Amino acid sequence: MTATATSVRTPGGAPAPLTNSFTAGKLPKRSSLWVLLASWLVAAAVFGVLQLSGAVNEFNIAGTFFFGTVFYCISIYSLSYFVEGGRMAKDRLVTALVTTAFVLALLPLVSLVVTTLTNGLPAFLTPTFFNSSQRNIVGAGGGALHAIVGTLFITGTATLISVPIGLLAAIYLTEYGRGRLARGITFFVDVMTGIPSIVAGLFAFALFALLFNQPGIRFGLGGAIALSVLMIPVVVRSSEEMLKLVPNELREAAYALGVPKWLTVLKVVLPTSVAGIVTGIMISIARVIGETAPLLIIAGFTSSMNYNLFSERMMTLPVFVYTQYASQGASAQAYIDRAWAGALTLILIVMLLNGIARLIARFFAPKFGR
Amino acid sequence: MTTTVARSAIRAKQRPGDRIFTTATVVAGSLILAVLAAVALFLVAQSIPAFLAQPDDFKGEATNFWSYVWPFAFGTLWSAFLALIMAVPLAIGIALFISHYAPRKLAQGLGYVIDLLAAVPSVVFGLWGIGVLAPLIQPFYTTLVEWFGWFPLFAGPVSGTGRTILTVSVVLAVMVLPIITAICREVFLQTPVLHEEAALALGATRWEMITMAVLPFGRPGIISASMLGLGRALGETMAVAMILSPSPQVVFQLLTSQNSSTIAANIALNFPEAHGVGINILLGTGLVLFIITLAVNMLARFIINRRKAFSGAN
Repeated sequence: MTATATSVRTPGGAPAPLTNSFTAGKLPKRSSLWVLLASWLVAAAVFGVLQLSGAVNEFNIAGTFFFGTVFYCISIYSLSYFVEGGRMAKDRLVTALVTTAFVLALLPLVSLVVTTLTNGLPAFLTPTFFNSSQRNIVGAGGGALHAIVGTLFITGTATLISVPIGLLAAIYLTEYGRGRLARGITFFVDVMTGIPSIVAGLFAFALFALLFNQPGIRFGLGGAIALSVLMIPVVVRSSEEMLKLVPNELREAAYALGVPKWLTVLKVVLPTSVAGIVTGIMISIARVIGETAPLLIIAGFTSSMNYNLFSERMMTLPVFVYTQYASQGASAQAYIDRAWAGALTLILIVMLLNGIARLIARFFAPKFGR
Repeated sequence: MTTTVARSAIRAKQRPGDRIFTTATVVAGSLILAVLAAVALFLVAQSIPAFLAQPDDFKGEATNFWSYVWPFAFGTLWSAFLALIMAVPLAIGIALFISHYAPRKLAQGLGYVIDLLAAVPSVVFGLWGIGVLAPLIQPFYTTLVEWFGWFPLFAGPVSGTGRTILTVSVVLAVMVLPIITAICREVFLQTPVLHEEAALALGATRWEMITMAVLPFGRPGIISASMLGLGRALGETMAVAMILSPSPQVVFQLLTSQNSSTIAANIALNFPEAHGVGINILLGTGLVLFIITLAVNMLARFIINRRKAFSGAN
């Protein structure tokens, strides 16, 4: 797309005079890179002079890059405007802006990962973090075992509820569904993906408070129900996409051999798409495992172990992070440290799930001969 | 495709296995609709007492349900709106970078990197916002109020902690960024290659090609992606609950320590201690939030589906 500058030589061997229609009116190759470096250097020099003169007491790295980039945008635009004309100048400016937008989005990600690692590691590495609860702990010490167990219980139950329903619904949509019911389900599944997580929590609370007639009900299973409301649409969407990828020839071959439809689905369609479906399920688990608000409402919080889903409050990791931060006790730093350690654990679990999902998708994906 | 004349339609043999399996899938599909209906039903049932509540049941100065919920509804819409203003241009830029500017080999990997942002739990965003972003951005707010305090939105007095609605919106923007980016990217990649090549062949620069071919094609996609992002921003709870220092009133100023809270954050903060009618009132605000997000999402999906029908992209 970018025409490279090629110098045309005359047959005599001597370089032609500079009026070459291919290179004239073009900035040299890699000029934008040099201009960028130069702009950063100029900005660094300005801030360096400011620092030496004593106007500011430390060298401003963020400011250097910010003003350097702004200066780059201005200079590349004006440079290109005078050499290449307005249209190319605008093109170069937009290229700079679009690249900046991407880098800008990386900043919070990098900052978030770095802070979580540095703040979370001290408490994360204490031996008690993974083998004790917060029961009778004031100040430093204790661990998050109760939260980790609760998260595993509640998310596991939510998965057990959502996967069969979601998968069967996806099978209905791809294999059976025609007409208004199928269209309605597709539409409302999409709408359901947008339900705020806290509304799912309120729904579970409203349901069980009416059902058991306990106005202050808190228990683990309710959390699992709330999470399934959030999880089912994600499972349906991803499984549906995967089932649609199965070539129709496979189904037709099975029918031609006289295989009933339900066996075709179970023995041909599902095994072909199982890798993608598992990937989708992993990603949906990763999505709900970090949900805080619904669990705060229906599962509540506690500092003790609770292995029973059907009664009493149950702690989960995201709620652990929130409560450690929100109700800091006597030595606040210990609570904040534990909150960050909980956040680190949570991010590690989510990354692990995402990583496994990608690996499954890569290694077990059906290979179509194209 | 049969050309034989069939007097009566050939019916497949009905096996028990088929019956059971078909019924199971239909039940599962209908169950989803039932769940959505149940969400609406139980929320309505539980929030009826809220509409009949007495003035002294409400926290603060509100006298009835609507005057109680109005500042929170305003805060919800206002913070989500601010977040979108920041996120949409950035997301379009990132999506363009990934689809049309980055080297082909890198593009998919870069997409994953942005998707990682979506994998971070919101409570961690809350911690980050309050521990890193708010202190970092506070001096900037001070300068902003000093220089641009005459502009109504930036009027002082500046918050000393940085826990303002603008910080919340920045965090919300970061959170909805991956959603909007992912959809925009998909739509931009679907632009018919012939359109792009035609533009380039006529001598358009890359940016002119994008404005002539990619953006017009992707406009409905951008709109619906933004609305899905809006839905997410409206319902975001923990980040707002942790970062914002709330006050129950309608405040437009971005940088003061008086900020309208959001419905979701208000529920999360007050639910653990609520009792009696207080619970119903919070459930009632939840119902309002549910209706707002449902409307936004349905509109977004409607636009997406309509576009699917008319484009030959699939």
